[in-house]
Amino acid sequence: MANRTLRYTTLCMATLPAFTLSAAEVEISVENLTRGIAFTPLFIAAHSSDTHLFVTGEAASTELQAMAEGGDISGLETVAAGASADMVSNPAGGLLMPAMTTSAMLTTTDGNTQLSLVAMLLPTNDGFVGLDSWTIPETPGTYMIYLNAYDAGTEANDEVRGSGVPGEAGMPVPPPLEALVGTDGTGVNATITNATVHIHPGNLGDDMLSGGMSDVQNTVQRWLNPVARVVVTVSE
Amino acid sequence: MNQRIIRLSALTVALFTLAACSDDDDETVVEPPAPEMRTYEITVTNLTAAQLFSPVAVIASDSVTLWQTGSAASDGLAMLAEGGDSSALTAQDETLVAEAGTEPLMPGSSETFMLTMEASDSALLSVVTMLVNTNDGFTGITGLDLSALVTNDALTMLPHVYDAGTEDNTEAAGTIPGPADGGEGVSEGREALDAVTFHGGVVSAEDGLTDSVLGSEHRFDNPAMKLIITRVE
Repeated sequence: MANRTLRYTTLCMATLPAFTLSAAEVEISVENLTRGIAFTPLFIAAHSSDTHLFVTGEAASTELQAMAEGGDISGLETVAAGASADMVSNPAGGLLMPAMTTSAMLTTTDGNTQLSLVAMLLPTNDGFVGLDSWTIPETPGTYMIYLNAYDAGTEANDEVRGSGVPGEAGMPVPPPLEALVGTDGTGVNATITNATVHIHPGNLGDDMLSGGMSDVQNTVQRWLNPVARVVVTVSE
Repeated sequence: MNQRIIRLSALTVALFTLAACSDDDDETVVEPPAPEMRTYEITVTNLTAAQLFSPVAVIASDSVTLWQTGSAASDGLAMLAEGGDSSALTAQDETLVAEAGTEPLMPGSSETFMLTMEASDSALLSVVTMLVNTNDGFTGITGLDLSALVTNDALTMLPHVYDAGTEDNTEAAGTIPGPADGGEGVSEGREALDAVTFHGGVVSAEDGLTDSVLGSEHRFDNPAMKLIITRVE
């Protein structure tokens, strides 16, 4: 009941011209700052403060897990659509490779004041780049946000080739990354140590493309935070 | 010779102008206004465990940045990032004023630079240094709009570490100019990904790169530098 009252109040205030919970036109550019980590198709949403794509310290939803382990954003799209979010999916038209930038326009509707963004990091088991509920400024201008790499906490970081299906071990390797990821690693971590969304400890990797512990190349496919730069331009 | 002729012509024009003016009864001597000067104090601290900074360069440039992530490094930036040599960057045509250190900046040490220049709306500050125990890692800032600072304004910044994209991060003997190796500085060629990005960190021998000359102490994280910029005049 308290919730409903609050919403009603917000709605009333929105009709006042001075109070701008109203629609906004925003351009969002996303730059992959890493040297050797690809981003799977990005999912960007403007939503109300009741919705989150992920929350650090909380278990991942099954939809987030599907994104973080296999790059599948369809579940998140469904959830966001159900919450009346404004969305952009896959602005890069596939993988956003290292050093590349993509951008998208998003028209937000009343009340969708929070911006969130996710994409899986490859090669990882369940790593993703994320932005959780950044308040879109009401003042027109250009704003910059740096994003960290998160671990969904849903799959052990064995760093070997495997499956992108939720719950199945290993890292998916799509064709553009085929030659960049090693083979026949014996595996790094076999257990999940934190089953909530947390800051990713980073790839370990090794210096053998074939064999060794990891199928990740340690000189190229490690990263330090932040891994992405987002520039948000709020129009007049 | 050409230059001298041009100067002489300019002088001639000035004389003619004066001669023309002398007809004017209302003669007043107008001193050209002294240009407004601005002075910035820039203090750099090395926050790493064991990465020496090459002599730090502090450069005010007219309207240009020294690098951009996602774009290829200039040859001057490659010289800095691979060999710690900032001379090509400080000597750019767009440089308004520049200062550079004479010694490497040790971990835990700070150094202060003063830049004095005529007031300009297009002066952009860059601070740049190589992490010398890397293949092509560097840190600093570029493109900071100095006109946005009023007197006594101070800014603290914590720059990220960049990879110039001009030399593979092999960490191999002979490829790193810092004391961990004493190897080659600038090398021919570029990486397959010929673009400035953020740095992924060094691996080191202890952490699984068999041929690395680096030790675990050479690893670093963001940020690697503390920068305090104060407009003092």
